[in-house]
Amino acid sequence: MSTLEIRSLACSRGDTRLFRDVSFAVAAGEWVGVRGANGSGKTTLLRCVAGLTRPDSGSVTWDGKSTSESGAQFRSAMLYAGHAAGIKDELSAAENLRDALALREAPPSDEALRESLGAVGLGRIRHIPARRLSAGQRRRIGMARLVLDPATLWILDEPLTALDSEGEAMFASLLERHLQRGGSALVATHHAIGARQAREVRLSA
Amino acid sequence: MSGFAWAFARDLRLAWRHPGETLMVVAFFVLVASLFPLGVGAEPQTLRRIGSGVIWVCALLAAFLSLSSLFASDYADGSLEQMALSPHPMAGWATGKIVAHWTATGLPLTILSPLLAMQYGLDAATLGTLAFGLVLGTPLLSLLGAACSALTLGARGGGVLLALLALPLFVPVLIFGAGAADAQASGLSPSPHLSLLAAGLIVGSMALPPAVCAALRIALD
Amino acid sequence: MNWFYFSSPSTFYRFAGRLAPWFFALAALLTAAGLYMGLVVAPTDAQQGEVYRVIFIHVPAAWMSMFLYFVMACYAGLSLTFNTRLSAMMARAIAPTGAMFTFMALWTGAFWGRPTWGTYWAWDARMVSELVLFFLYVGFIALANAFEDPRRGDRAASLLALIGVVNLPIIYFSVQWWNTLHQGSSVKFTGSTMHIAMLQGMLLMAFASWMYAIGATLTRVRSVILERERRTRWVREL
Repeated sequence: MSTLEIRSLACSRGDTRLFRDVSFAVAAGEWVGVRGANGSGKTTLLRCVAGLTRPDSGSVTWDGKSTSESGAQFRSAMLYAGHAAGIKDELSAAENLRDALALREAPPSDEALRESLGAVGLGRIRHIPARRLSAGQRRRIGMARLVLDPATLWILDEPLTALDSEGEAMFASLLERHLQRGGSALVATHHAIGARQAREVRLSA
Repeated sequence: MSGFAWAFARDLRLAWRHPGETLMVVAFFVLVASLFPLGVGAEPQTLRRIGSGVIWVCALLAAFLSLSSLFASDYADGSLEQMALSPHPMAGWATGKIVAHWTATGLPLTILSPLLAMQYGLDAATLGTLAFGLVLGTPLLSLLGAACSALTLGARGGGVLLALLALPLFVPVLIFGAGAADAQASGLSPSPHLSLLAAGLIVGSMALPPAVCAALRIALD
Repeated sequence: MNWFYFSSPSTFYRFAGRLAPWFFALAALLTAAGLYMGLVVAPTDAQQGEVYRVIFIHVPAAWMSMFLYFVMACYAGLSLTFNTRLSAMMARAIAPTGAMFTFMALWTGAFWGRPTWGTYWAWDARMVSELVLFFLYVGFIALANAFEDPRRGDRAASLLALIGVVNLPIIYFSVQWWNTLHQGSSVKFTGSTMHIAMLQGMLLMAFASWMYAIGATLTRVRSVILERERRTRWVREL
């Protein structure tokens, strides 16, 4: 079972130093919350861990190996969901989902697509262009992706945004199931999520 | 499925669903090329002389117009991040996007160029050289344009900044492409110009994708 | 010598401030000597008369335009590889001076061209690639300043500078590859085909331009440092 280890991570945006000397670990079966006020650097921290943003200093290790060296391996095991959902307006929910999973080298069968979209409540509208879906419905496409994606580590930035209480409950049970199967998650959020949090990383502005 | 195939198929599907981009490029090309005889005077000799140059400039401008759509929408809706974080190497899917972009813009321009060449009264050999030059030149324009487009993601100054970066880099392609057609029209051999274009395309297709990837990484940072 | 000592902006700020006046002084001296050689000592050209004397500005300006781009590209490469702030600031400081020399080369070239070839501008390979070089400089400056985050501007502009380096050999070799208006180079390492005084004048002016460029860059980098480091303690204490 792989562990994510962060050591002395520091990052700045432009002239401002956002955070310094952040260290924590996320072991299999647990999820770690990243909390802090707006602008405290939660998104930047997640992006540094995922490998999108280059940190000023510090290291990110997955399974004992630095993520900058074992790039492709880390990226197959990790799933990142940021503020922008990566959903194309012109394509339908089903097509968006199929593309997203094919990109992650886990192309789903039509059966699996139908089931997962049905499970998140998008069953009957899965063929209409995403442009016509509400923000909450687009979030649910993201949840369907969490169901189907084989990633063991989830890095999620405010996953409950735009979700109604039914959606929040759905997400909580998805997270529980993921953790039970040995997965881990790093989640930046303002909310309390159903599943019990292992530890908290608090960033001060 | 390789990153290249994924990106190529997806971008073509998107272009098919939303043909506005392709149609605009083609319409601009045909429209502007048809404006010149109105402005310059429709005397056959004049048209024959300026024909290849005009068609090349119109192809250049049309290719330039389509550049902003190459990475901008994926950057804005978060798809670019997802691609960068996929297990596939960046060079694969980035090149797939560029080739798909050329298929939806440069290729239609190249296919239409003989029709415009006939409008200008160019003879068959010149027409052929013109079209062949475009076959070699438009992919190179897509590659150069992709590098500039990636560099300006998220920058202020939008289209003007992109024009400032891309058009000077397009100039050599224009010179050799139009030069080849002109040489053919004057009875000289177009092969020196065409071989330089081909060499440029080969070097560009090896050197520019890594530059595009570096620019995308900077944009996503 | 510990190079990293100088890569700290505060140290370099003082260092540059002390050196710049010397370079300007040297530039002034060399310009005086060069102009004397070029305007007084060098003889009238057999074919072109007095007009040819513009080469004492045109050729050094053209050389500097290419040389400065090369140096700028080196700093750009350093800034991308080592992620040092000062290398990026140096590249930004060089760009306007490089653009100026490129413009001078194009402008004086036009003045020379009119009486010599009968035209201000001809679309020959070297002129066009020099024009492209001018736009590369302007593009670099524009791109570097087009982002909210100046570090992002540094990186994007540095990458652009590196991509554009391919233009330098094109400018240099274009006169050999294509038979166009520009004459083949008459200053080679083995010897020269022009009168010795003309050569001396050109070389003096070239060195003068080089000293000026260093002085101007050092002065400009000080303003760049002040602006970028304005939040640090040492700047606030100034």
